[in-house]
Amino acid sequence: MEIEARDLQFSRGDRPIFRGLSCRFPRGKISVVAAASGGGKTTLLRMIACLLRPDSGAILVDGTRDLVSLSRAESDAWRHHVGMLFQFGALLDMLTLYDNVALPLREHSKLTEAEIHDEVRRVFEAVGLEGVDQLLPGELSGGMVKRAGLARALIEKPEVLLCDEPFSGLDPPTVRKVEELLQAVNERTGATVVITSHHPLSTMRIADHLVMIGEGRAVEGTPQTLVREDARVADFFEEALSPPAVARGAS
Amino acid sequence: MRETPNRELWVGCFVLVAMAGLAWLSLSVGGLELFRPKGLELVASFDEIGGLKSRAQVVIGGVKVGQVKAIDLADDFRAQVTLEVDGELALPADTSASILTAGVLGDQYIALEPGGDPETLESGEAISFTQGAVILERLIGKLIQNIGGGSSK
Amino acid sequence: MNPIAGVGRLGAWAIGSVRALGRFTLFARTLLGAGASPPLRLRRLVAEVYDAGVLSLLIVCVSGFAVGMVLGLQGHNTLVRFGAEENLGAVVGLSLIRELGPVLTSLLVAGRAGSAMAAEIAAMVVTEQLDGLRMMSVDPLDFVVAPKALGMILAMPLLSTLFVVFGILGGWAVGVIVLGGDAGAYLSTLEQATEFSEDVLGGLIKAAVFGVLVGFIATYQGFTARATTAGVSAAATSTVVIASVATLIFDYFITALWGY
Repeated sequence: MEIEARDLQFSRGDRPIFRGLSCRFPRGKISVVAAASGGGKTTLLRMIACLLRPDSGAILVDGTRDLVSLSRAESDAWRHHVGMLFQFGALLDMLTLYDNVALPLREHSKLTEAEIHDEVRRVFEAVGLEGVDQLLPGELSGGMVKRAGLARALIEKPEVLLCDEPFSGLDPPTVRKVEELLQAVNERTGATVVITSHHPLSTMRIADHLVMIGEGRAVEGTPQTLVREDARVADFFEEALSPPAVARGAS
Repeated sequence: MRETPNRELWVGCFVLVAMAGLAWLSLSVGGLELFRPKGLELVASFDEIGGLKSRAQVVIGGVKVGQVKAIDLADDFRAQVTLEVDGELALPADTSASILTAGVLGDQYIALEPGGDPETLESGEAISFTQGAVILERLIGKLIQNIGGGSSK
Repeated sequence: MNPIAGVGRLGAWAIGSVRALGRFTLFARTLLGAGASPPLRLRRLVAEVYDAGVLSLLIVCVSGFAVGMVLGLQGHNTLVRFGAEENLGAVVGLSLIRELGPVLTSLLVAGRAGSAMAAEIAAMVVTEQLDGLRMMSVDPLDFVVAPKALGMILAMPLLSTLFVVFGILGGWAVGVIVLGGDAGAYLSTLEQATEFSEDVLGGLIKAAVFGVLVGFIATYQGFTARATTAGVSAAATSTVVIASVATLIFDYFITALWGY
């Protein structure tokens, strides 16, 4: 599915967040939304998930359906097509990992427990988690929580996958693993992936499409062209573009 | 959900113990009658019941056989007391009821005195021979009057 | 302060209060709808009765016993002046069954379980767990909040009953064992004085109403908490304050309305 935001206006109290933000997330591609902290990355994701409504503007799916005007039942229906990985996993503390991931199927499908078990195995395998079924979220490391959150986001085979800061708080090798994971999911399922991140390196590695939010508006394009053409984007990604510090020190 | 068996056990025990407490409060302390077989219900009219209250004891020869179920004012302005006594008692039809006081200031209760009639009282029937409560103040008042009257003669 | 501004502030406060009450009523209605609609989440409910009920058991039973002991002592000292100390059972039992059992249980449970309930829900707001549920098209009111409120409503009368039973035991311990009163008189005056419909049922209804109050206030405070750490603690604090005051106010009205 292709998602397009048109002229979004949104303010929190007196503070404007979006002032006519327009951007698009192409079908089946990995798009990264970059912005300084507090720039509205998460806000945009939550709007796509129908958890938040903009003050005005439209968010179109495949150019036709407007997410902003959906009723409550319709947004519930839309969310079946969307998986979301929250920044801190947002797994329910009271349930084990297995129950967390199985919850959407138990709630909405008529699958038997055995079938649910197979599905949960499938997503756990996809995110590389094993032997953690009976653990509670509080007993996991940050990286494992992210993977479990991703497993839960994938269980209903979403056509749109939203990931809020999937790389934050992880060590570099784990960041690489999560990057590979997201790329693998994107390749295998063809889902439209929208990631928010302020990690320049990860962004440059995995983004097919880059949306840079600044002062309530967005510029977009492939990462390479944007960096070339826009001074602010170039500034933001300076770290990823300059040669590694270690190499410089050695030379 | 993990460790639920343990938790369920705890909740089960909690509910059971609390229900037992509730049963004790209701049935024993509160006098709620659920399972007791329906006793013999008798009606007795008194001119004066004094401080008799509902749930007061009904005794025969000092042995508790029932309690006062309700107290109403009858159409003839007499006090109508409904008694509930042990259903297995075969009380003669000429049984009499009197309201007595335990000690000088104690609670009031009803004493039944069985007569000799071969016929027995059925549920809902009335006790015809009754003796109301003795009101101490009135008794003393009468006594003083009598003494006063006696000395003037 | 300028008197006009003071009046204005009073008005703003009044409007704010009425608004908050309206929001609370709407919340309660939605929650009722969510709780009443199937599925009945029995496992979640058991977990919540555990949190609200079993975890409050110790504090409720110990407090009940202590309150009973105090009643026994005070009651005895007062009754002795009238030479009516054999009525101790009635004094202790009736005070507990009609007033102290439901009210003190509600205050204790609001502090012990109500604050924890509000803080837990508020923490779920902060950590986006409720949004996570929404993303799975699961209504958080139905999955998380309604079982919590219902658990509280079920636990309160049971806890109040235990408070009363332990209180009667505490009064017995002081009146009979320590002060050497008559054991038979303690029980028989209690039984004589207590009516099922007027006293036991009345106390039970109070406890049930308090359960509804504490359950709804705690879940409302948690659910509408600001998504910050301060929001979590504010939710817990205002739950204890509001639920305690509401308990005492409602206590008067139930007492006034319940057949007197």
